[in-house]
Amino acid sequence: MISVQTQDFSVADEYAKLAQDPGCGAVVTFVGKVRDFGDSKNVSAMTLEHYPGMTESVLEQIEAEARARWPLDQVTIIHRVGELGLCDQIVFIGVSSAHRKAAFSACEYLIDFLKTRAPFWKKETSDEGTVWVDAKDADQQATEQWQR
Amino acid sequence: MIKVLFFAQIREVIGVDKVEVEATENLTADDLRQQLLARGDKWRLALEDRNVLVAVNQTLSGWDTELSVGDEVAFFPPVTGG
Repeated sequence: MISVQTQDFSVADEYAKLAQDPGCGAVVTFVGKVRDFGDSKNVSAMTLEHYPGMTESVLEQIEAEARARWPLDQVTIIHRVGELGLCDQIVFIGVSSAHRKAAFSACEYLIDFLKTRAPFWKKETSDEGTVWVDAKDADQQATEQWQR
Repeated sequence: MIKVLFFAQIREVIGVDKVEVEATENLTADDLRQQLLARGDKWRLALEDRNVLVAVNQTLSGWDTELSVGDEVAFFPPVTGG
């Protein structure tokens, strides 16, 4: 399930949906949150923009790539857009599989590629004003590790 | 016509989120960028950066991609979601 939405999500509800398959032996979830530091100090809020249409198709593609690499049951990708406050949840990745290694690896793969390929942009608000967040080399390197 | 979209800081600097341009013969994504750069200072400021990415019909594409009537082209900075 792929969703780009303004509203919050419940980890418990998403977990329950991922875990319901009787063949599922492992569920791995990741939640990304708004923290108080980024490119600026004392971040108090964040605005997230995306490219409707392209975002969903990139996420579908990344999910298909993960499914081609590991035997997965269910995959859930939720990304919020719009105005977010400090400590708000931004992104949820959840993967269920018969085996833990597949679930762990696929979850990490999905977030690594979401960060470098899906057209989302973050703008941070802090004491110093608002700045667009810079893309990070470390995120690019994380993606490249999967291609070795 | 070709529909051209701008996102994030590029949209903010230019001050509009989309424009329409004439689809001319053998027009590439780079030619389109050059046309837009010629529109003035804020266009250069927004689009001259070598990190600017281009998507043609919602797929990340190379600057030599040829454009045709009805295409949707988007210019945006490196992505920062997650």
